[in-house]
This record gives sequence, structure tokens and C-alpha cells, in this order.
Amino acid sequence: MILWKMIFKNAFRHKLRTTLTVLAVAVAILAFGLLRTVISTWYAGVEASSATRLITRNSVSLIFSLPLSYYNKIRQADHVEMVSYGSWFGGIYISEENFFANFAVEAQTYLELHPEYVIPEDQRHDFLRDRRGFIAGRQLAERFGWEIGDIVTLQGTIYPGNWEFQLAAVYRGRDESVDENQFFFHWEYLNETLEETNPAMADQVGFYLVGVTDPDLAAQVAEEIDAMFENSPAATITETEESFVLGFISMTEAIIQVIRVVSFVVIAIILAVVANTMAMTTRERTGEYAVLKTLGYSGIQIMLLIMGEALVISLSGALLGIVLTYPAASGFRQALKAFFPTFSVQPGTILLDLGIGMLVGIAASLIPARQAVRIRIAEGLRRIG
Amino acid sequence: MENSANIVEVRNICKSYQRGEHTITVLNDISFDIARGEFLAIMGPSGSGKSTLLNLIAGIDRADSGSIVVNGEDITELSETELAGWRAGNVGFIFQFYNLIPVLTAAENVDLPLHLTGLSKKERREHVEAALSMVNLTERMDHYPSQLSGGEQQRVAIARAIITDPAILVADEPTGDLDRKSAQDILGLMGRMNTELGKTIIMVTHDPHAAQSAHIIRHLEKGEFSV
Repeated sequence: MILWKMIFKNAFRHKLRTTLTVLAVAVAILAFGLLRTVISTWYAGVEASSATRLITRNSVSLIFSLPLSYYNKIRQADHVEMVSYGSWFGGIYISEENFFANFAVEAQTYLELHPEYVIPEDQRHDFLRDRRGFIAGRQLAERFGWEIGDIVTLQGTIYPGNWEFQLAAVYRGRDESVDENQFFFHWEYLNETLEETNPAMADQVGFYLVGVTDPDLAAQVAEEIDAMFENSPAATITETEESFVLGFISMTEAIIQVIRVVSFVVIAIILAVVANTMAMTTRERTGEYAVLKTLGYSGIQIMLLIMGEALVISLSGALLGIVLTYPAASGFRQALKAFFPTFSVQPGTILLDLGIGMLVGIAASLIPARQAVRIRIAEGLRRIG
Repeated sequence: MENSANIVEVRNICKSYQRGEHTITVLNDISFDIARGEFLAIMGPSGSGKSTLLNLIAGIDRADSGSIVVNGEDITELSETELAGWRAGNVGFIFQFYNLIPVLTAAENVDLPLHLTGLSKKERREHVEAALSMVNLTERMDHYPSQLSGGEQQRVAIARAIITDPAILVADEPTGDLDRKSAQDILGLMGRMNTELGKTIIMVTHDPHAAQSAHIIRHLEKGEFSV
């Protein structure tokens, strides 16, 4: 079809202008893709959360602990399969820039409740046997070059002093959504030390992790647990792991909203750029469109010609932007792996990129196409020469 | 096809343009006929309304009042869409600046009007080759307009004008952008279209030499034909 040939030839008629517009679209799509990936990464913890795990914490705030004595009571609740517990340790490795999450956990049950942490059997065995042992995520170990057997010292912030650990195991995530940047050690090691150095802080845990037999009964179990401690000095809030993670995210909801808005502002700007290109293009080709109309071509065919050209430009930019998004995301992941351990471009983001490429092409051509269609032939022909 | 002696019947045509607060009358109550197979030249100074009159007859502009019957059809009664279809089937256009599409080859430019017909690719190809052969440009059919001289581009435009076998060819200053030799070739070619193919030709020109190729010359001045 000759219109197809005209669309493609016209799109690249002004090579410099088209190249710059395509690059502008590509950069915008790249920025949009990365911003959307930041948002989806923010919610990655939600995707990774299990429907069969509940988290019980102090009803006042996460920073308040719960007595270890709750452990046996929670275990006795109906439909509870297993209970683990742990505390946020908040240790610093060498300096604050090396931030990573580190927890003291009841190791045996914690690992059983997290089948998504894949650990070689011999390493798991060594970790469970060694009280000073710790387990690190693959990315964390790679980041600091830790090998099995290495001694790592964390500087305590909540629990003062230098704490020495020996790397006993390295876990891998079962899938991409699993954070491989965490550090777990034995809660017993923490507690024994506290019994000696700060008895007031001993026998306290930051949270309980509750495995339920049936995800459909999670709400019922949570109610039962909270009812147990309703009138105690440390009342609890029990929620699904997903709600717990969402609660964390909601603290940063304003930032997410800003990122979301900025991602669409980028698209609005690029829409203006492509619309400007198309306006210039159609103004220059008014005479040609008049000739086509003179020959009998309809307004719709002229409109398709202009729209097609805008789509070729915007989709070329979108495809280039998508191609660039992958290495950019990889670089982003390398640079900020402590904060975005699972920074990977989702298929939904790519589909959104393509959809936006199409939308920008169509929207940018609407007004220029309308003007080209409405101009009188005689007037259009006068613009030639 | 209409078989009456007159292929064009223009009756009481008026046309004016609005320029700011001023109304400029371009054509004032024009009436005339053009016989089938005629080669008419319309002459006149700039602003006399000759191109406007040509545009009205060719159906690319609309009169304020009056009627224009071309080949039996009152084109002032047609909608824009109907007019587009009518132009495609009845009129061939030759412009001063050729108006070829620069991104298409000579053959593709000639082929453009045929895409609106139901012809197959093979049939279109045959028509294009025949039309380009008639203007003696077969060997340059794959060249782009920028690779052709002005005279060659105008010959491509003539091939494009006749490709759908229209009854009327309208030419607006067809030699206005050409050197004398090329202009002579184009006028000769248009003469052949008139005599050999029986096309009715309406040509607007301010060049008396070009007008000599026509059978009849009419002078338009201030929107009216002068005697």
C-alpha cells in the first residue's frame, strides 16, 4: 500500500528532526520505565509475602518489644502450625553507607517458615549448629565479598557494642521477588549476651512470625491472638505479612505518589514534543496534502497518513527506550542494590511503555491532522512554490 | 458519460474572499460554456480570478452562487466527499510547480490516483507504464522527483493527470516554471492529449506564447470576461 510507504518515508524525511524526536521519546520512555520499576520494586515485598504467615507486633509501635513468654501462648492458638520470632538488630557494617537489613531470629523455625530462602543443606546445618553463625543473602555476600567462614563484625546501635558473627550459609531467593540482601543470626546469641550485659532487654522479641494452616483462616487466627493479649501490658496487633509490608509502604506513600506523578509528567512533556514535531511537519506538507485531496484522497486517508507518521516516530522512540531500559535498570540495580535488591523491569511496565508510545503518537497527531484535513484545497495549493 | 456538446456549463458564478473587513470580489456573475474536446486558454493579469475560475470548474473550490455543470453533473450540489470522488474520476490536474510527492518515484506518483480505483496491482502497473510511455519517460520511472528536471517532472504530472482517463485536464500555469524548450515540449504534449486522446483542456496562463497552443483564448479581467 502506497500510504504505508509514504508514512515511513515521510517519518524519516527530516532525519535530524526525527532523530532528535525519537531520542526525546526514548529518553522519556526510559525515565518512565525506570520510575515505574522503582514503584513496582517498592511493592516487591508485597508480592513476595506469604498468605500463610502472620506477623504479631506490639500494638503501640514496632519499636516496642513483646515478651518472649507470648511464644507458647501463640503456639496454642487454633490453626497455628508454627511460630517463630525475631528482632530488628539495626547493626552497622563498617559504616552507615553499607546499610542492609539485619535481624536476630529464632533460626530453626524462621527458616522453616521461609521456604523461599534456598540454602544448601550442609550450610543450613552448619548455621543451625553455630550460635555465632549468620546467614546472608547471595547479593549481600557478593556485595562485600564474604566467603563461608568469614568473620563479620556489626556495630550495634539498638544493642550497643561490637558483635562478631561467622558466615555459615548463603541463601538464594526462590524467585526474583525475594530479597537477597538480608542478614540473619541467632536470636539466642543476642539474648544470651543481653542477659549478661543488659538484662532489662533480655527475653524480649520485636515480632512473632506465625505460620497458619490455612490462609483462609488467617483473619480468624489474627483475631484470636490479639484477643489473648488484649488486656496485657503489651497488647498485640496481628496482621498478614502482606498487610504488614503494605503498612511499611504506606509510610512512604507520599514519595510513591510523587514518583507516580513525575512519571506521567514526563509523558506529558514528550507528548508536547511529538505534537510540536507533527505540527511543524504537517504545516510544511500542507501543499502535499492538498495535492492528495485534489487527486481524490479523503480526509480520513490524510488523517491516517499523519497519524501513521506520528506513530512511527513515537513507537520508534518507545522501542529504543524499552531496549535502553534493561541495561539502565541493571546499572541502577548494581548502584543501589542495598535499597532496591530486586530492581527488575516488569512485563507490565513494557506493555505500559508500548501503550504510551501509541497513545503519544495518536494524541500528538490529532490537532495537526485535524488542521490538515480542514484546510481548503485551494488554500493548501497556494502554499506551494 | 454525458454526450452533450458542452462538457462544461458555467452559469452566473460569483466568488469573493473576505480579507479582514474587506470583501474582495474575484468572479462576478460569470457564465460561459466549454465544448467537449476543446483546448481553452484563460488569460489575464494577476488577481484577475483565472486560477479561482479553474479551481471552481475542477471542483477544488466552491462558488458563492451560480452553478457549474461538468460532464452532466452539477458539481455545486455535491458534498465534499462526493466532490473528492468526482474529481478522482473526471478531472486530471497539471500544476505550475508539478506538485509531485517527493518521497515517491515517478511511477508511484503516477500510480497515486489509481489506488483509489479497484484495479489490481498488475493492472495499475500496466496503466502506469502506458502513461509514462505516452510522456516518453519510461526509462525514468524509478527516479524520484528530485532526480528529474523541471520538464520531466511536469511530464510525470501529465502522466498522473491522464492515468484515470479523465474527460477534462485542468492546467494552472503549466509552463510557468519551465524554460522555453521544456515549456514547448509540455505544450506539445498537452496538444497531443487534446488531439489524440480527445481530452478537453482548460489551461490558465499569463504567457501569450503558451496560450497560442489553445484553440480558444479567453481573457479575464477584474472577475469578468473581456470581449
